Amino acid sequence: MDDALVIGGRRFRSRLILGSGKYPDLETMKRCHEASGTEMVTVAVRRLDLKATGEASLLHWIDRERVTLLPNTALCYTADDAVRTCRLARELGMSNWVKLDVRGDQRTLFPDVEQTVAAARTLVKEGFVVLPYTSDDLIVARKLADAGCAAVMPLAAPIGSGLGIRNPHALQLLREAVRIPVIVDAGVGTASDVSIAFELGCDGVLLNTAVAGAREPVRMARAMKLAAEAGREAFLAGRIPRRAYGSASSPPEGLLP
Amino acid sequence: MFVQVNGERREVPDGATVLELLRTLGVRGRVAVERNGVVLRQAEHADVRIGEGDVLEVVTFVGGGA
Repeated sequence: MDDALVIGGRRFRSRLILGSGKYPDLETMKRCHEASGTEMVTVAVRRLDLKATGEASLLHWIDRERVTLLPNTALCYTADDAVRTCRLARELGMSNWVKLDVRGDQRTLFPDVEQTVAAARTLVKEGFVVLPYTSDDLIVARKLADAGCAAVMPLAAPIGSGLGIRNPHALQLLREAVRIPVIVDAGVGTASDVSIAFELGCDGVLLNTAVAGAREPVRMARAMKLAAEAGREAFLAGRIPRRAYGSASSPPEGLLP
Repeated sequence: MFVQVNGERREVPDGATVLELLRTLGVRGRVAVERNGVVLRQAEHADVRIGEGDVLEVVTFVGGGA
């Protein structure tokens, strides 16, 4: 059975994208990536610490045979800063794929969608494969799709909040509004949240804190993998309609007098 | 001459290229460099000469999610 997720012409068997931040150590991160089955991992672009000598490079701990790197623009607050970060990321030579993330509010970490759309237009013109973090507004999602983004990544709750899927209806409407993959980015707290995202018809889920911050991160990574498979299978199988009242599963005929 | 690298004032030999600066700083592994707000291509590191007062940013990948 082939149920690959296709983004930017590339096929992914895993529908989970994992982060590389907040892990207790790099060894644990590597084991989490393996346990989750992920084939795409986000990384951040930062100033090189010129005082550090001989520290282990993050990239030594990411299996790039299997994993597509997705550099992010996290903590950028303007389109210009995000575009600058993407250009630097591309010169790091690993990938022209980027997770575009332009924030508009420091407390909620909600995206500035106006800046995001502007940056997306510039980046697509420059040949980047753009996966933007966005709100659950389907109008914005359409604009991002029209700009040529390879996917849209709406939030389900604030980044790192672990509040779960707070906007199922909005996500469902958004899913119907665009033809490119919809990846839930931000809000996942535990495995059932991942299942719900897939049951709603979302194509992928990006998560970091829910795994990295779990008491047993590797175990949670495995739970996320199972939850993704369960949710996706349930979506493809087609759930029963919701009813207000009971409906017996056993036949009324032949009931003993 | 003096330049600014990642926010710090550094002395580099006159006429040094970006690649020479990176070697002087002991940078190993792959980095990207921005000079005076313009991102340099990897291939330019060996050719581009640094000028007095240049502002350079040297970046790499670090762990991050969102």
